[in-house]
Amino acid sequence: MLELKKLGKRYRTGDHALKEVDLSVPAGQVLALIGPSGAGKSTLIRCINRLVEPTSGDVLLHGESLTRLRGGGLRKARRRIGMIFQEYALVERLSVMENVLSGRLGYVGFWASYFRRFPQSDIDTAFSLLDRVGLEPMADKRADELSGGQRQRVGIARALIQNPELLLVDEPTASLDPKTSRQIMRLITELCTEHKLAAIINIHDVALAQMFAQRIVGLQAGSIVYDGDPEGLTPDVLTQIYGEEDWTAVRKRQSSDSDQDVTDLEENL
Amino acid sequence: MPIEMNSQEKIWKHRDRKTQLTHWALWFFGTALFVWCWQLVSEKTEWFFVLDAPAIAADIGSRMVPPRWEYIDKLWVPLWDTLNIATLGTLLALVLAVPVAFLAARNTSPSPTLLRPIALLVIVSSRSINSLIWSLLLVSILGPGVLAGIIAIALRSIGFVAKLLYEAIEEIDENQVEAIKATGASRSQVIAYGIVPQILPTFVGVSVFRWDINIRESTVLGLVGAGGIGLQLQASLNILAWPQVTLILLMIFLTVLFSEWLSAKARHAII
Repeated sequence: MLELKKLGKRYRTGDHALKEVDLSVPAGQVLALIGPSGAGKSTLIRCINRLVEPTSGDVLLHGESLTRLRGGGLRKARRRIGMIFQEYALVERLSVMENVLSGRLGYVGFWASYFRRFPQSDIDTAFSLLDRVGLEPMADKRADELSGGQRQRVGIARALIQNPELLLVDEPTASLDPKTSRQIMRLITELCTEHKLAAIINIHDVALAQMFAQRIVGLQAGSIVYDGDPEGLTPDVLTQIYGEEDWTAVRKRQSSDSDQDVTDLEENL
Repeated sequence: MPIEMNSQEKIWKHRDRKTQLTHWALWFFGTALFVWCWQLVSEKTEWFFVLDAPAIAADIGSRMVPPRWEYIDKLWVPLWDTLNIATLGTLLALVLAVPVAFLAARNTSPSPTLLRPIALLVIVSSRSINSLIWSLLLVSILGPGVLAGIIAIALRSIGFVAKLLYEAIEEIDENQVEAIKATGASRSQVIAYGIVPQILPTFVGVSVFRWDINIRESTVLGLVGAGGIGLQLQASLNILAWPQVTLILLMIFLTVLFSEWLSAKARHAII
């Protein structure tokens, strides 16, 4: 469904963040993108919806090239791609409902959105999504009144109300505690199954990636160095992605992982 | 280099010798300059008048009290004019300053090479000319009256409001803007959803603050014929009607006090 062809990005500072990345994501697959800080994970997913302009290569969504789109065409393409952010990126001074409905901006005109006159169908969807993520009573609260986990749920609802085919998820758990992290990851993967969505999830936490993703791609200095099953992440592979480290701690944790007693184990990483 | 080796220990000082000497020299020349200027001013002062000053001040002071209370009937209309000059001038300035601010902010300007410098020029020229000078110009162009005052206040305020607003725009959280962009929103929707909510508190605060300043500025515009209570002040000063001057100053004081109170309330309500 999504295909990256020799996708490259060189920043004006000379940073070669992505080097000819080839990647193909079939419909409905949840893919975790792991790698050290600065490996180009954020750049990669931002090149897909063109928040960052790639400098070479191509992105194909259902065979349609996204890199050549401009103006209205680009906006129509972005509607089909939902995005979830690390620091939630909610508009802090707007209400939860307004934040969720902002996911429909690509579908309504300027004045309709300015006066908050969204179609009733959008409002119905917003309420059912808020209900699904467990925040319906919060609909009228301002976004900056919520806790981290609640904010990320709003971010998820905002991405889903776009009715996307693909989710781009940028470090969804980096600002959350271990328990909330798991709940958020579970919610995202469940929703992907429910809505038959493909997802690319940037994530630092290897154990979380292995737990929730069907496929793992390891990025190192702008190139893919691993692409395969979660089970294939041996200490050797991890060393190749992240560099030398004692990876047995991670392995141990993975085997003894359960949902209730994660907090004390989380400290290893 | 503030860290030096001295036999076995490392010595740390706040400044090294060279910086220390530079500081000394700067202080020395600063003090010398001040003393020299003092002497210059003192030479050019007519000390006879200065020594006379307390007596003159006491004389005028005694003639200023009591205020001529019945004169107040003639002040209500000019006072209302003054309030209108300040309020309408501020509103006009806000309407004009918002687009200028968006053109001037680095992250929203549609053309950083052409429109941004123009917007910055508008801001600088508006800020560099006092509203009293704008009034002088406008009174000769438009003739005396309230309209000249309103436009003078507006021209002066554009720069102030636009500058503070464009700085607020440049400091917004870009993540929120990115998130709105990623939904497929249009340029104007990104502004309405991603930027406006973030700068709204600043906008309201700056507007109220500027209105507060403009109340004060508009009380003097009458001195050059641009309407308001300043006209009355000018007339009373010309005929040396000191009791009337007292009353006018008192009314200005009360008006400013009222505007301060109102703007404090308004700011409290939004934060």
